[in-house]
Amino acid sequence: MKSLAELKAIRDKAKANLDLRKENPNAARVLVGMATCGIAAGARPVLNAFVEEIAKRGLTNDITVTQTGCIGICQYEPVVEIEIPGQDKVTYVKVAPEMVPKIVNDHLVNKNVVTEYTIGAMNKK
Amino acid sequence: MRELSLNVMDVAQNSVRAQASLVTISVEESDRGDFLQISIADNGCGMTEEQVQQVIDPFFTTRTTRKVGLGVPLFKLSAEQTGGSFDIQSKLSVGTTTTARYVKSHVDMTPLGDINDTVKILIQCNPDIDFVYTRTTDNGSFTLDTRELRELLEGVPLDTPDVLEWIGAFLEENTQSILGGAE
Repeated sequence: MKSLAELKAIRDKAKANLDLRKENPNAARVLVGMATCGIAAGARPVLNAFVEEIAKRGLTNDITVTQTGCIGICQYEPVVEIEIPGQDKVTYVKVAPEMVPKIVNDHLVNKNVVTEYTIGAMNKK
Repeated sequence: MRELSLNVMDVAQNSVRAQASLVTISVEESDRGDFLQISIADNGCGMTEEQVQQVIDPFFTTRTTRKVGLGVPLFKLSAEQTGGSFDIQSKLSVGTTTTARYVKSHVDMTPLGDINDTVKILIQCNPDIDFVYTRTTDNGSFTLDTRELRELLEGVPLDTPDVLEWIGAFLEENTQSILGGAE
């Protein structure tokens, strides 16, 4: 069983890294649309995929994943917006968990937008 | 919605938007009593009596990004289609409690789904809000209270990856132990 003692150990370990975590104004943001429309279209596994991929790469200090509401393009859900300080916001549409590793690798790590997944590409189809 | 746990996530976010500092989610089920009851209570801004009537209407929403609000209507439908019931109690500046009751054995019962994942994501995405989650079955009950965790964590945020992992495992283990099933 998970014990509180275990949680205390996690706390002590995390405290050592805490200052590091707070001071990152340059953190990129991944915003997953999680209103009724997003949730119904399957946003929850997409959010989990981002969290897992970012944790796997040890990028939790550099990238935050959060929920956001509906931005009015329900037909394109699940919608994911990526904000990197100093760059234009990019909106990915109809995101599936399988697309997440590529978005993390190409866009968040190497700063190359995955154009074929963006709302711009969807509109040209 | 494919799972009731998704309805819970959706409706709990109404609490977040209502600026609640405490959201209490309870899932109680009984095979003997043939029911499942979900309630989501918050201490957010609350609603007037008129607004409570309006949220049940799919064409009412306070948001401006689109013209429909399906969260509450879908939740209500999921309960009523099993012969269950649905209720919202709300008071301005006190909070709102939404309760959905299901007849478990009904053919139109939606599966509860991964409720632990819902709770974990809510904590992860709203680390400054407190959540109390209680799950009850015929075999027993357990509670996760982030206020207790917060006290123990002494300033370490709830959305720290290791903490979230602990929360996930805690929920999973405790759920297993009260669901019983084949060992």
